[in-house]
Amino acid sequence: MHARRSAVIFAWLLLAPALLYVLTIVAYPLVDTFILSFTDASLKKVTNWVGWDNYDKIFNATFAEVITRTFVWTFFSVSIKMIIGTFGASMLNAAVPGRALFRVLTMPPWIVPMAIGIFMWGWMYNGQFGMISGLLQRAGVVDGPVAFLAQGSTAFWATVITDVWIGVPMVTLYMLAAMQSIPQDLYEAAWTDGAGRFYRFRRITLPLLVPAMITMSMLSLISTFNSFDIIWILTQGGPNGETTTMIIDTYRTAIGSKKYGEGAARAVMICIFLSIFCLCYFRVTSRLSAGEK
Amino acid sequence: MKEPQQLINRYKWYEIVGIYCGIFVFLSFVLSPFVEGFLVSLKPLSQLFSSPYRFIPENGSFAAYRTMWESVPGFGRYIFNSFFISSIVTIVVLLMVVPAAYAFARFEFKGRGMLLGAFLAVNMFSGAVLLIPLFRLMRTLGVLNTYFAMIVPGVAFLIPSAIWLLRTYIMRIPRELDEAAYVDGASHFYTLRRVILPIAMPGITVVAITTFIGSYAQQFIFALTFNAKSEYMPLPVGLYAYFGRQEVIWNELMAASFVGITPAMIVIFFLQRYLVSGLTAGAVKQ
Repeated sequence: MHARRSAVIFAWLLLAPALLYVLTIVAYPLVDTFILSFTDASLKKVTNWVGWDNYDKIFNATFAEVITRTFVWTFFSVSIKMIIGTFGASMLNAAVPGRALFRVLTMPPWIVPMAIGIFMWGWMYNGQFGMISGLLQRAGVVDGPVAFLAQGSTAFWATVITDVWIGVPMVTLYMLAAMQSIPQDLYEAAWTDGAGRFYRFRRITLPLLVPAMITMSMLSLISTFNSFDIIWILTQGGPNGETTTMIIDTYRTAIGSKKYGEGAARAVMICIFLSIFCLCYFRVTSRLSAGEK
Repeated sequence: MKEPQQLINRYKWYEIVGIYCGIFVFLSFVLSPFVEGFLVSLKPLSQLFSSPYRFIPENGSFAAYRTMWESVPGFGRYIFNSFFISSIVTIVVLLMVVPAAYAFARFEFKGRGMLLGAFLAVNMFSGAVLLIPLFRLMRTLGVLNTYFAMIVPGVAFLIPSAIWLLRTYIMRIPRELDEAAYVDGASHFYTLRRVILPIAMPGITVVAITTFIGSYAQQFIFALTFNAKSEYMPLPVGLYAYFGRQEVIWNELMAASFVGITPAMIVIFFLQRYLVSGLTAGAVKQ
């Protein structure tokens, strides 16, 4: 009995550094955000308790628009990521010569500093001299130069595409790993019964990928919802706020305008949405694993 | 008769053509910014700002790779800063994660599952949500505009996945090994140091690599917000300052970007097998 208790103490000692660190740098600021959201904290020395004022202030037409935009932006980005990533994974899963190399070539957007990849997209979207506008003009799709980042509608999709580009490698490699963990004898059995390649993909691969797809959609939902670098570097939320998502909005309020209290209230709203996502995720996965039993 | 495996994987010619076309389209999307960025770095500035658009540079040269050192004076420093910050982050993460992962993998105590879940929940909150209190915290600690302003928050957000990864690795080490050591009278600490650590070395290496890459790739928001001193800026933020100008010297910016991503590229080519297994491990077989 004594030995076990000493083991438990030892385990907590091992955990202590990481635990204390995360408590200080993540948990404490999280609590602080909630508290700050009820104050008028700013650069001023004095901070007053203002109750629900900040929340009253942010609940206006613009904020509703920002929330809707964030969801639409996230929805399209995650869906396109999943589609392209699953497509890429099924191509890379084929046993053709060179696939090891192709797999390596998938990784760069994920591994290089994110900001640098975004700079490159910034150039490609350049209206006067960028590649996309240039190629579209050559192909005769558009008449004159298109400044993608200068107009609301195109800027919105431009930021979505860049976010997809950054997320695709992770989805691809993850889905590829999931495909390779499907037992080979299932395919052999289906093949013996005369099932064609496409039929096997539709009836074996896709259904067995569902859990991995849910996990991956969830992970990329969270990271996309939190996406900051891409929009900030490409448009800073403009033009006319048409690429302003909740994160960008929070950053502008808190860091740009130094309204810490109001910014904190916006951050709390983000936390609430994120928690809802996580709850949904746990419900879906627990139902899935219950279904397996 | 051949193995069914080989027969299943035998493609007809049109299937092979289809697969290569699919791979080509897919990789075009993934790699086009790099190809375009590289071609831009070769073009003289006059050609960049001319219509109609040309994809292939005419009389391209590596001149931008020379001149950028003068146009971006802090460039060498930025790369050094990026490396320095990532290295310190990696060391600090490992110091905390190795014992924690060992505890999660080997000891049973109340609330273990919940605690692990709580660690993973950290991944849910990006730095952007916690920026305001973190800013105040950094100010209170007096580390704004120093390397620490970027190292301290960076570490926190890399701990969770590192714990998860290493815990999975340690759990695969047979328990008999530490039990044998324990029966011989070794203490827990001795077992960790002399039995687990040596065997877990490959796993620790993978965690170190992924942490370094993660830290190298994600130096933006903290560096942008908590540090205004140009001499401490990591590469992405250093270059961002040039990106935001009215007259962007695109060819030099792209040249600088390519030099900046070379280390990451080298790592990918030599260590890609570890990276893929490391980054996707645990996730699939949860």
